[in-house]
Amino acid sequence: MSNIHVTTSVNGDPVEFLCGSQDTLLDVLRDRLGMTGTKEGCGTGDCGACSVTVNGRLICSCLMLGAEAEGSEIGTIEGMADGDALHPLQRKFIEHAALQCGICTPGILVASKSLLESNPEPTEEETRYWLAGNLCRCTGYDKIIRAVMDAAHEMREAS
Amino acid sequence: MQYQAPTTVESAVSALTAAEGDCHILAGGTDLLVRMRSGMVSPAAILDIKKIAGLRNIAREDGGWRIGAAVSCAEMGEHDGLGSDWPGVVEAANLIGSVQIQGRCTIAGNLCNASPAADSVPALVAAGATARIAGPNGTRETAVQNICTGPGATSLGKGEFITSILLPAKKPNSGDAYLRFIPRTEMDIAVVGCGIFLTLDNEGVCASARVSLGAVAPTVLLVEEAAQALVGTTVDETALGALAAACSSAARPINDKRGTIEFRTHVSGVLAQRAAKIAKKRAGGSS
Repeated sequence: MSNIHVTTSVNGDPVEFLCGSQDTLLDVLRDRLGMTGTKEGCGTGDCGACSVTVNGRLICSCLMLGAEAEGSEIGTIEGMADGDALHPLQRKFIEHAALQCGICTPGILVASKSLLESNPEPTEEETRYWLAGNLCRCTGYDKIIRAVMDAAHEMREAS
Repeated sequence: MQYQAPTTVESAVSALTAAEGDCHILAGGTDLLVRMRSGMVSPAAILDIKKIAGLRNIAREDGGWRIGAAVSCAEMGEHDGLGSDWPGVVEAANLIGSVQIQGRCTIAGNLCNASPAADSVPALVAAGATARIAGPNGTRETAVQNICTGPGATSLGKGEFITSILLPAKKPNSGDAYLRFIPRTEMDIAVVGCGIFLTLDNEGVCASARVSLGAVAPTVLLVEEAAQALVGTTVDETALGALAAACSSAARPINDKRGTIEFRTHVSGVLAQRAAKIAKKRAGGSS
């Protein structure tokens, strides 16, 4: 089977890759580009562990084909920290111990960043609804919500 | 499997018509990729329709709104004019899955997936939406309620696909609403869904109504008796009682893990009353 050539950008860097027609964007990121920060949980769009942004919109990378990414801008967890400087959300997740096993964490960070870009001052209810598609089986969510609310507060103060 | 992204409706129809074996339309992919992964379908080819000009647009047409088949539900939610004319349809579209799913899923896909529990379909049926279908014999239009023929089955013929959905011009003093019951607060599939569209005259009397039920029959039901329970009334408590009775009477649900026949039958009436109150308020009626 012939591979499909796709030109795209990942975290601002131009990236070209070859993929099979059935490869998902998640397969491409992890297996072709070696960017394993994006996790596979369910593979059916229910858990959000594979959350990335495509042209600024939050999606599940397990439910998009790599071939569909032609010409689009992809954002992943690898683009979140600025060199060694963690994003405020990442720092607050550590401060609040908002993770245990960590599998859901990249997806939740990407989803939270997307929330704060569209709504810098979300209520707790808005935050919980926004993150409803990101499952965590360890924390019970409270620490995650506290970390996101705290990061949102800090980012508003800084801006 | 072959992946194709045609740029015109005509080339998509040609590819669909010429396809040997299973050729699937890909818009949001939130149902198709799940079915591929589970092995329920193994397409020989996939036609991605997102590169076709116009299919990602929401455009004014005859006072209504034409929504391209590749417009995501999130894009519908962000569109001011659409949401103010048809809040029930937009709310229904944004009950599907998570934020991540809404960023990709489409109402045309929700319709063609033909799940009895699809959230946007009862709202579209109540709104009187029509689907534009492209095929080897040109373009045809049909009411949304004619698309689904049973769970997972549609009336689309070989080589046909939906290119857009038209929501009609919003009438004065009209309003729509959609409500569903789920045992959780988010990320769940409707146990019962109900869409209502109604118009009021200048005295606040209901002049016309459309009432639809989801998840209580193999396809979405358009319940004429329920509409008649509202027409000619001020949508008062007596009318709401008759509406509930008509909806519960029309429901023919199954028992499954999400709800019993008895529960779904009862909730059909409860949701209809609540949705009617919202639609009436949106139509400018007094509560």
